[in-house]
Amino acid sequence: MITIPVSYSLRNLWTRRLTTVLTAGGIALVIFVFAAVLMLAYGLEKTLVATGSDDNAIVIRKGSQSEMMSLVDRVAVNVIRTQPEVAADPEGEPLAAAEAVVLISMPKRGTGQEAHVQTRGIAPESLAMRPQVKLLAGRLFRPGLSEVIVGAAAERRFEGIGLGRTIRFAMRDWTVVGLFEAEGSGFESEIWLDSEQLLQAFRRPVFSSVTVRLSSPSGLASLKQRLEGDQRFNLEVKREKAFYADQSAMMAGFIRVLGLFVTVIFSLGAMIGAMITMYAAVANRTTEIGTLRALGFPRRSILLAFLVESVFLSLLGGSAGLVLASLLQNMTVSTTNFATFSELAFRFALSPPIVLESIAFALTMGFLGGFLPAVRAARQNILQSLRAV
Amino acid sequence: MRHKLRTILTVVGIAIAILAFGMIRTVIAMWYSGVEASSPNRLITRNAVSLIFPLPVSYRNAIVVVPGVTEVTYAQWFGGIYIDEKHSQFPQMAVDAATWFKVVPENRISETELAAFLRERNAAVVGIQLARRFGWKIGDVVRMRSMIFPGDWDFVIRGIYTGAKKTTDETLFFFQWRYLDEQLRRLESWRAGNVGWYAVKIADPDRAASISEAIDRRFKNSLAETRTETEQAFVQGFISMSDTILVALRIVSIVIIGVILAVLSNTMAMTARERLSEYALLKTLGFGARHLVLLIAGESLLIALIGGAAGILLIGPTVDGFAVVMTSTVGAMFPVVGVSAATRTVSLLMALGVGLAAAIFPSWRAATLKIVTGLRRIG
Repeated sequence: MITIPVSYSLRNLWTRRLTTVLTAGGIALVIFVFAAVLMLAYGLEKTLVATGSDDNAIVIRKGSQSEMMSLVDRVAVNVIRTQPEVAADPEGEPLAAAEAVVLISMPKRGTGQEAHVQTRGIAPESLAMRPQVKLLAGRLFRPGLSEVIVGAAAERRFEGIGLGRTIRFAMRDWTVVGLFEAEGSGFESEIWLDSEQLLQAFRRPVFSSVTVRLSSPSGLASLKQRLEGDQRFNLEVKREKAFYADQSAMMAGFIRVLGLFVTVIFSLGAMIGAMITMYAAVANRTTEIGTLRALGFPRRSILLAFLVESVFLSLLGGSAGLVLASLLQNMTVSTTNFATFSELAFRFALSPPIVLESIAFALTMGFLGGFLPAVRAARQNILQSLRAV
Repeated sequence: MRHKLRTILTVVGIAIAILAFGMIRTVIAMWYSGVEASSPNRLITRNAVSLIFPLPVSYRNAIVVVPGVTEVTYAQWFGGIYIDEKHSQFPQMAVDAATWFKVVPENRISETELAAFLRERNAAVVGIQLARRFGWKIGDVVRMRSMIFPGDWDFVIRGIYTGAKKTTDETLFFFQWRYLDEQLRRLESWRAGNVGWYAVKIADPDRAASISEAIDRRFKNSLAETRTETEQAFVQGFISMSDTILVALRIVSIVIIGVILAVLSNTMAMTARERLSEYALLKTLGFGARHLVLLIAGESLLIALIGGAAGILLIGPTVDGFAVVMTSTVGAMFPVVGVSAATRTVSLLMALGVGLAAAIFPSWRAATLKIVTGLRRIG
């Protein structure tokens, strides 16, 4: 089979620049939205997955989906601390942190609208178990004082919680003495303080959760079996990573379903755009096609040439859309996570599967949109097409 | 109309884009449905720290004597799980049975059902949409767990309420606050005696601000300070928590308009290019530039209009489909709101606008065309 050079298809696109740009632009927009939606959902998951660690397990009350809803009393905390699977620090103290999590509503920067900040009372062990947390400025709060440290993402999003400011809640004024970062994880959207101070201020006798460092990652199963089977309490043990990842499930699912619904509808529109362009390309070049056939190119070559043209068109649009979408990576999004009911900052994140999916999607659109017009081109009668002026 | 296929394709393309546009607008409207449903003569009093902190039930007596307040009721979020988390989420609230339906009259319930609800400790009243979703009838027992409270809870359905307005949420599940409190006294006594929020009925909506202030002043510097606002502001606050998503949706809906514009402009540009010699001929015959412009704009508008109308007709069924998919994947139930007249109008205007915009370039070309150039062209 004699094939028509690929350059023939490409130069045709160049000849009709305006139409090419418009069609590729349509496809680019679809791919942009498609990739952006996937990036948003993936970014959310990535942030929450990074929050948890595989080496840690978290103990919450059974059925609680977030720490905010969970309650663990002091008796249970002591039992959890003394489990054999819990690792010890160099001094022999168990690495188990009982934490109390509450939500505090605060005005957001810019709009002044209130949103919830997850506020975590931490134990002395908490920092050792979360090596990703580092102080950016200021110092750590001192135990026993009304002092807090604020996550960098929370500080960017909320009004009046910068270094040196005071926050008023639970009839006390709390001074912000430090800012911390946590490698982009969910902790960066939180405020941290001494758990004993938090419990006292809110007159609350119980903690929210206990996070423990496992001496070996495989210790989870036996720990889970023993604690969940303990009739005195009503506890649930989860790997920390899985616990936080679960918190992204609802929101990420929502973004995906909504986004995919829109892009599917959307892609039909772009496909039609490609089809119109390709039909017109075929119609405008009737004589040309006739000439090619007369020169001895078989039908299949012509089909192929037009398909290549259409696929290339979509590839052009798809790449443009993807480049545009990748620019979003520098953008931080902050919204209320339904699962925890509190504000969470995360970034659009691009991953290799998203790139591949977007390109595959663009190619499919180009192929489907170009197939019928290409068939029409290939089926043209030599004599008639040469006669057409 | 010479290129039947191309015209049909363009019409379908526009229909699809208008459909997507209208759908997004309807989804946004779903979000805001609570704002529309809120009543101007109701205030919400909650804990000033955040909604997760409760208020003592004793506050009711203090709020009800504030001048201008006619009735006070209270509710507590239950966070129940029915069957499993994934597929059956709906909101449940423990309410003060005696006053709830007085303060929230748009939840309509018959006298006999209300009496039955009051009589039984673990009675429940459910919205008609919720009852239909699970096939519940009066007398059915519903067993739930809670994400917030310990134990298993059995409720007996004693009433089914309907909404007085189209926007009223008919997917709620109410049970007696007394029942919740009794269980808590037994199981976690330090948490008993608390409510989530108060709904305050006032006589004169114009005095909402001063009454809110009076309530909050009453509890200033207490362990549980309050924040009182109109129900509308309260609901709006919820929505603004997810405003980023709404903004993203709005942007997408604008992008969609861009896509239709690209498709239609493309068609019109191609049509005009093919017909340049015809336009030249028309000009030779004495038709003015205005006539040509009208010709092109008319065609563009007609295509946009047909496509737009088809898209608008399809919005309703698509939104229903979307709600079904959402309910089965995410588990939350979406309040079914119809496609509003405003959405239809805006969608139609969008289609017309695109039709006009797409005609600009070809019209300009035809109007400024030199007869000689046009006639010389072959094609």
